[in-house]
Order: sequence, then structure tokens, then C-alpha cells
Amino acid sequence: MSLQMEQHEYGTPMQRYWSPYAMNGGTGLAVSGADFAIVASDSRLSEGFSIHSRDAPKTYQLTDTTVLSCAGFHGDILALTKYLEARLQMYEHEHNKKMSTSAIAAMLSTILYYKRFFPYYVYNIIGGIDDEGKGCIYSFDPVGSYERETYRAGGSAGSILQPLLDNQIGFKNQQGVVKTPLTLQKAVQLVKDVFISAAERDIYTGDSLVIRIITKDGVKTETFPLRRD
Amino acid sequence: MEAVKQGAATVGLKSKTHAILVALKRAPSELSAHQKKITAIDKHVGMSIAGLTADARLLSKFMRTECLNSRYAYDQPLPISRLVNMIGSKSQIPTQRYGRRPFGVGLLLAGYDTAGPHIYQTCPSANYFDCKAMAIGARSQSARTYLEKHLDKFSNCGLEELIKHGLRALRDTLPTETDLNTKNCSMGIVSKDMDFTIYADNDIAQYLQLIEGEERSSRPGRREGAEGMEQDAAGDDQPPAAAPDPQVGGPDVQPMDQ
Amino acid sequence: MEGIMEQPFWANGPKPGSFYDFHAGHSSKTTTVMPVKHTQYPMVTGSSVIGIQFDGGVMIAADKLGSYGSLARYRNCSRILKVNNTTIMGAGGDYADFQFLRDIVEQRVIDEECLDDGFNYTPRSLFSWLTRVLYNRRSRFNPLWNTVLVGGLQDGEPFLGYVDKIGTAYQSPTAASGFGAYIALPMLREAYERNDKMSEDEAKTLLESCLRVLYYRDCRAWNKYDIAIVTHDGSRLEESKTLSTDWSTADMVSGYE
Repeated sequence: MSLQMEQHEYGTPMQRYWSPYAMNGGTGLAVSGADFAIVASDSRLSEGFSIHSRDAPKTYQLTDTTVLSCAGFHGDILALTKYLEARLQMYEHEHNKKMSTSAIAAMLSTILYYKRFFPYYVYNIIGGIDDEGKGCIYSFDPVGSYERETYRAGGSAGSILQPLLDNQIGFKNQQGVVKTPLTLQKAVQLVKDVFISAAERDIYTGDSLVIRIITKDGVKTETFPLRRD
Repeated sequence: MEAVKQGAATVGLKSKTHAILVALKRAPSELSAHQKKITAIDKHVGMSIAGLTADARLLSKFMRTECLNSRYAYDQPLPISRLVNMIGSKSQIPTQRYGRRPFGVGLLLAGYDTAGPHIYQTCPSANYFDCKAMAIGARSQSARTYLEKHLDKFSNCGLEELIKHGLRALRDTLPTETDLNTKNCSMGIVSKDMDFTIYADNDIAQYLQLIEGEERSSRPGRREGAEGMEQDAAGDDQPPAAAPDPQVGGPDVQPMDQ
Repeated sequence: MEGIMEQPFWANGPKPGSFYDFHAGHSSKTTTVMPVKHTQYPMVTGSSVIGIQFDGGVMIAADKLGSYGSLARYRNCSRILKVNNTTIMGAGGDYADFQFLRDIVEQRVIDEECLDDGFNYTPRSLFSWLTRVLYNRRSRFNPLWNTVLVGGLQDGEPFLGYVDKIGTAYQSPTAASGFGAYIALPMLREAYERNDKMSEDEAKTLLESCLRVLYYRDCRAWNKYDIAIVTHDGSRLEESKTLSTDWSTADMVSGYE
């Protein structure tokens, strides 16, 4: 018995009664500072008005200095992260070193674009430490367009969080503001605050918050409860 | 088979908790660097080689792929016995095909899975053996003699003791005028809580110190090792490859450069 | 003369006895290829599957009805499978797809037993494999129309996983598919949050009460059911049982005639 499927043949278009995608919600957030990066996500996995799981964090540690946050279709997230893990292992074997955060970001972009016409329905944000020891954030769209930023929110409550971060970290729309550099303590507090707000308004965000704090010494994990309704 | 005997020696042994590989690296010429002998296959398994490095690279790539596939499909490390079985099936094919040659390389695999630590030996003939301890490569008989003599001590000894046994066995393959040093020796360790880790160059110095200055075991047919005391590592300018090997080069050496 | 003489001399070239003709780069060959049939909707279906972890084990239960649309067509379809001594699985959705999957899993278990190397499927490895299979099928637009629960003991710890036809997968101490996600899951979660170390008997009573509510409320449910249990003593698929039900209050329901 084998699970080999028949080759796809061309023919008349077929009607379809199902969708290969689902939106499983979830919010990811990354903030970078001078010598740290924070990647955070909630741990709710939902579909429609149901909650599948209250304990499914969407942060994935890729290396000692890189963490990925994924939100969107959970099936694609599982496939993508598994594939990434295999590629990271292959890189390590071939080059005898861990992949740098910027290299992972470039690779993820090509992996996503490779499926341009049947995309991974995943909103990715990578946080880590760059080659100079500074915190770095890369944000992606589902088909691989990416750029380096200092902070980014993505996923179901991304559009709720981003303006808040613009104001608090980017000091946008503030008059006479003193632009102080972001400290780790302030950043962690801010991440908790914005997620509490997001959980109030977005039904796909809640249950608990997982905060990954990345410094040159490695990744520390903190969890924080959110509302569960 | 002859290709394996010409390769530099490597030793593998295991206790109840750890499996280790130690290998003798040699430089093919004065101009060349010492060749890598120990390779990681996956987090839970690694190998050392004796024979044609090119063939070993192909096999290591094959094993790495199989290990990745297992983790991708089953979310679990590939059991060592199954990995070695795949090598066996793969190497058997060219042994009975016209116009093809067997893989000219012998491998020692050290791995850890749910059944515990393992040492496996594979041969160009496609045979493979589950071993408590094994040595392959040039002059490896001396190492095997050492391993057989101390076999009953391995299973209960700690990591440091195990490393000492491995290094002593490897040292016995060397001609009396040379000794192990950080350039010509490398080591790989794997256990339940430790991914396969390779120690070479400066990382291995602390382990070499463990057996430095010990009297070497005497080898049959050789002068009793009076000169074995206090080997000076820095004085070792003679690469071990240059040492003649009585086993090498019979008339039935297989063509290996097709 | 038909057959071989009809073949062109080379790709897109002239046939024997005819002149070369540029087909504007196209082959003149026209063949009718029937579209490949993919499962676009399920036929005979099973309804909910429910599962829960308890102290030292896992159990999965499902009723035995095979519905043909709204018709209660088959009343003795087992949807629960004992995989090996540490692993069980149960499925809802298309019954033919489940049988297909079951045949493959059973064959793979036999193949693995033949190796006789002491390694068997664990709940996690079977779950991971099933997730890949279901995800790959959906990626080929030819899904296996099932929601599968995998349960068992992984390194001595209870394991319960859920995967659906498009490859959404997660692990959770309580899981329910289909209509059970709306009716049984809240009951399971409430009981589990009150006591996450419930005994085997308590867990069994809980699953039975969930199945009973499903039988009362889910039109595609039935009162005959299977239950499979994994504990440290091994796994077992228990003999089918019938729910005791009480319809005496049915007379009180009015206003919907």
C-alpha cells in the first residue's frame, strides 16, 4: 500500500467545495533594542468561533539568537517551520556554523516566494541578534516580501498593535517628545500592555502571552496570562 | 576492504551512557592540512571514516538526508539500527553489479537512541556489525587488541574513563616514535543529554592530557616499549601517514579510482 | 497502417507521406483527458470523535453511525482503531477515507513489526506522519476528508493530538471534532480544568455523558459507540456499547411541531 498520488493532469476546471486554507488567528510581535530583541505571541489557536487550543504559542526558536513568530493558517505554519528546521540543519552541516539572523531572513523570503502561486498563508516576523550584536527584526508578507525594521506587529491583531507601537516606540504623532532609546525593561512592559489591549478587542488573541527575550547570551522565555474568553 | 585498511585508524566504544569515537587524522602531504575524520550526521549520531573520503561524503550525505526525513515525517530521531540498515542496503547493490565498485570506505557510527548508545561498524562488503567497541583503519589490530583486553570495563565506566580507553586504544595504532597530539587526533561524543559533539584541535587538548605520560601498552612482535615514556608532542614532525604499514598493498588491492 | 505510421518523424514533425507544417509551435495532437476525480465532498460520514487525557492514560470515543447525507445509513461503523500497545486513533468525516487510512496504518504497523528491531510507532510519530499525509493531500487539492484524533502514551506521558483534513494540527489534553467541538469540548474542558488527574473510570463516565448529549442533540449521532483506552497496562478497543437514554421529557417539548 502506498500513499503515492496520481499525477495532476490537465482537464476541465473542477468545482471545489472546500478551502485549502483556514485562518487560525494569533498575533505576533517583535521589538528590537540596542543589544536585544523581543519576539512575543499569544497562545490561542482558533478557527471560526471555536478555540482549538489555549496553549499553542506561535513563536519558534530557530537558533540560539533567532526566533520566528508565525500567524495565519496553522497547517502551513507547521509545514513551514518543519521545513525551516531541516534547512537550518542542512546549513549547519554544510557550513559548520549556525545560520545568522539576516541569512535566515533572506532564506525565508525565497522559501515563501517559491510558493508564490499557492502561498503559505503565514505572516512571519523574525527577531534576533545581527552580526554586529544589535537587535534586529525582519517582517514578511505571505509571499516573501521583507524588510528590516525596529518593531513590527503581525497576525490577527497586527493592525491594532502597530499604531500603538508607532506611537510608543516610534514616537509618531507626539509633539515635543524626547526620543529616548528603548530599554529591555520598558520593551517587555510595553509588549505586555499592548497584548492586554489586543486581547480586549480581538477574539483571535488571548489565553496567554509568550515573550522570548533574545540577547547575545541566548533566549529567555517569559509567559504572561491574557483573558481567556 | 583494502581501502579501509589503508585509511587512518579510528576507534569507537561505548559505555552504558555514552558512545564515543576517536580518530587519527593524517595529512596526505607536507603541504596539506590534516583531513577531517569525524562528521556529524544528526543531533544524535555521528561517524568516523577509514578509506576513501569521497565515498564517505556521499554516504554521510545519504545518512543526513535520511535522518532529516525521519525528523520531518515522524518528529523523532531515526533509530541507529535503521540508519545502519539503510547503509547496508545501499552498499550491497554495487557489490554485485557489473562495472561498479563497492564503496571503498569503512565507517564507525556512534549514536544514541531510545535503546541507548550504539557503536556500529560498516564495511565496503555491505556487512555491518553492532559493536561494543571497534577499531578500523591502518594498524587497527593493535587498537582492537587493547579494546578486547579491557572490554569488560567499558560498560560501567564514566565518560572520562571511556575517553581515556579510546585514546589509549588509538595511541596503540601509532608507531612508537609518534604520539597523539591536537593536530592528529579528533573525537566525537554523544549521549542522552548531549548532542553529537566533535572535539578537535585545541578542544581535545584537555583530554589528551589525561593519558599523557602513561606507559604505552606493549605490542606483540615489537620491541617492548621502553621508549614509550614522556612523548614530546611538539617533537612530532613526522606525520603518521608516513609510517609504513605491513598490511598495506597486497596483490589483491582493488582498483579504487574508476 | 494505423499506429506506428501515424507517428511523426520527430516531435511536432511531419507524419510519413505528409509535408512539414509549422503548427505555430503547437502540437496538433489533441487528446481528451478525463479530469482526475478528487474528493470534493464526503459521502458516508462519521460525526464527532472525542478524546481526553486522564491520570496515566488517554481515551478516545466515537459513535458507530455512518450517515449518507442526512440518512442514517449504517449503524455499525467502527471509527476507532487500536494501532499498537501505546497508540490509538479515531476519525470523523468520510468513512471510505478513514478505511483507506486505516488500511495503510495497519500495513505500516505490520511492516514495522517485521523489522523486529524494538522500535514501534509512538503516538507522536504517528501523529506527525498523519499530519504530513493530510497536509500533503490538501496541498494536492485531493484531501482525505477526515478529522483524526491520535492518542496514547509517549515516553510514559499521555498524548492526545488533533489533525483535520487541511493539516491544522495541535496537541491538547482534551479534543473533539465536528459537532462535538461545540457540544462535547466545553464539557471536557470544564471537567479537565476542575481535575486534570481524573481516574480512568471518571474519564470514561465523562466521555459517555458527552456521547449521550451528542446523541440527544446531534442529528448525525447514534447511541451505539466505541471507546479505546491506553494506559500503562497497554491499549484496548473495548466492545461496542449502547448508551442508556431517557426520552421521557420529550413529551414536554412543544411549540416546534
